[in-house]
Amino acid sequence: MTIPHPPATRVTAALARRGRWRLPEVAFWALALAALFLLPGRYLILNEIAILALFALSLDLLLGYSGIVSLGHAAFFGLGAYTAGLLARHGVAEPVVGLFAAAGAAALVGFATSFLVLRGSDLTRIMVTIGVALVLGEIANRMAWLTGGADGLQGIVMGPVLGTFEFDLWGQTAYGYSLAVLFVLFLLARRIVHSPFGLSLCAIRDNPLRAAAVGIPVGGRLVAVYTLAAAYAGVAGALLAQTTQFVSLDVLEFHRSADVLLVLIIGGTGYLYGGIIGAVLFRLVQDELANLTPQYWYFWVGLILVVLVLVGRERVVATLAAPFAGLLRRFGRPVREA
Amino acid sequence: MVDRRSVVVGAAAVLAGMAMAGPLPAAAADPVRVGLILPLSGPFASTGRQIETAVRLYMEQHGSQVAGRPVELVVRDDTGTADLTKRLAQELVVRDRVAVLAGFGLTPLALAAAPIATQGQVPQIVMSAATSIITEQSPFIVRTSFTAAQATVPLADWAAGNGIRSVVTLVTDYAPGIDTEAAFKSRFTAAGGTVAGELRVPLRNPDFAPFLQKAADLKPDALFVFVPSGVGAQFMKQFAERGLAQAGMTVLAEGSVTDDDLLNGMGDVALGVVSSHHYSAAHDSPGNKAFVDAFRKAGGGARPNFMAVGGYDGMHLLYEALKKTGGASDGPALVEAMKGMSWTSPRGPVSIDPETRDIVQNIYIRRVERVNGELHNVEFATIPAVKDPVKAAKP
Repeated sequence: MTIPHPPATRVTAALARRGRWRLPEVAFWALALAALFLLPGRYLILNEIAILALFALSLDLLLGYSGIVSLGHAAFFGLGAYTAGLLARHGVAEPVVGLFAAAGAAALVGFATSFLVLRGSDLTRIMVTIGVALVLGEIANRMAWLTGGADGLQGIVMGPVLGTFEFDLWGQTAYGYSLAVLFVLFLLARRIVHSPFGLSLCAIRDNPLRAAAVGIPVGGRLVAVYTLAAAYAGVAGALLAQTTQFVSLDVLEFHRSADVLLVLIIGGTGYLYGGIIGAVLFRLVQDELANLTPQYWYFWVGLILVVLVLVGRERVVATLAAPFAGLLRRFGRPVREA
Repeated sequence: MVDRRSVVVGAAAVLAGMAMAGPLPAAAADPVRVGLILPLSGPFASTGRQIETAVRLYMEQHGSQVAGRPVELVVRDDTGTADLTKRLAQELVVRDRVAVLAGFGLTPLALAAAPIATQGQVPQIVMSAATSIITEQSPFIVRTSFTAAQATVPLADWAAGNGIRSVVTLVTDYAPGIDTEAAFKSRFTAAGGTVAGELRVPLRNPDFAPFLQKAADLKPDALFVFVPSGVGAQFMKQFAERGLAQAGMTVLAEGSVTDDDLLNGMGDVALGVVSSHHYSAAHDSPGNKAFVDAFRKAGGGARPNFMAVGGYDGMHLLYEALKKTGGASDGPALVEAMKGMSWTSPRGPVSIDPETRDIVQNIYIRRVERVNGELHNVEFATIPAVKDPVKAAKP
């Protein structure tokens, strides 16, 4: 006798339902692609947005899906940037090769440091992640013969992407390249978080003790996701190095880690699009304000952030979105009801 | 969770809005746009403020019309971050169609923008950054500031000629610092002096205490110092705290250490420091007096420093080049017009070396003294028409 709906089947069905593509998602990516042809003169900032979005996506895998707080994520970003930059400088001009190398290097260091990071509680983790980033920053500073130190890595010459698309001054290739990489890695992340593995991460985030009690190998899963997130951040860094053809110590600095956390706070954690939307808003607001008041734009960015956190993102957005309530009801279900 | 989804809609709306805004239309009056990229926030904001004030002052004094074309300033803040400088430069060239890029507070920032100048064929006027190699990075770079080595070599000569036999060098560990260290050492040893020790302090979060202790142990006649503008005050304070002045050690400084902008705030510990540089607010000429007075009025009482004079002269160079080309603003013509140009700046006579596109100028030896209640770098010797020694030494 067979049970009509054994639990495993039901879980699989639920996961599949959750992983289905919805109209707004398709529309979002279609818009991003349309921007590649419709917004000349904006490609450079779009490229920055795509890179920041990938970086935020990588932090979301940690913070949003696994509950690991990191304030030193720039360590992997910078590592990826230097790896890609150094490769290009020493003759490997194909950007895609640089991406893989950067992902590999960042994953390796991510794996090695994951054991340090995953030891303690949240506060310890914050300190250790900051520490790792600081150590890498100082290493890059001291190894000036390799990295150019405080003067930055000069003389990066990138070949055309896949041998066909030459990087242009307008940045169209740069944006197209970054967007393509973001999309592919987003698909991968989407697949991962909608898999049983992703589900187990959410369980660990919500209650590590109970997760361990039901037989989830907590330590192993966290090491895996930390390594994965490091690789993602490494790719984001590599994209920055390749599209700007320049790497400075700044890629490892604390404000990068803090910015990406802000991006996630603005966009929301735990649903993959948070980082992407946060990146769009953060960069556009920053850019517009900086153009309006080159001297005092930090003040306005700060004010907006304070308001956003005090009032609460959900409420701000709900107020703004009230007129579209009917339309919104037709959008897809989020991964987690907050 | 409707609200999160609504963010997707919001983002879509923003993108759509951007699409409608589209690229900027070309203006009908065809102005010459100048993209001024400066660190206006962050740790190097004072550099940006000085240059921006000076550039605006020049435009106010000389009108915003030159050779029949209006000059328009587009100011951008790069926060001292090199990849941002690069993106801003690129945007200014492709979107805002600037005819000239100017500013560049630090060496990495100027270097990051150099490929854009070359690709876009746009002159890049470097108003502040001081590493020798900068002008070699693009045939479109012209410099109106100085090179660190240029300002240092005369000081080595002066030291050797004034009874100083042994020196310890203390520089910040980045390209201009290493330039000055090498320039000072080779000149000073060639003149018969000895360098007893070479100390390099990290660029970020410098703590001078251990280095000063090392310098004290070596007991040289003088300590040669180069630190970036802004860190000088910190150095002088720690130097005084260790009582090294009483121990008979003279400070020889590259002029950035006794930056005019900060000098008065350092207090009496700075008195007697001998330095060499291309500009002092106390430079004795009618042109400079007028410049300092006008700058004080425009800048809310602040004293102009060498950054300000670099910005002021950069604008002058652009105006004169436009006059020479009859208003034509294509990059190669402008750079060609700038080569070999000479004029009298607030700092004294200057010219642009047609070979290297770098500035040739007088270097002054100065001593910190109290003048009218304020500390000033008072010039007491002049070495005329100094070229950048690093590039001059190359075949």
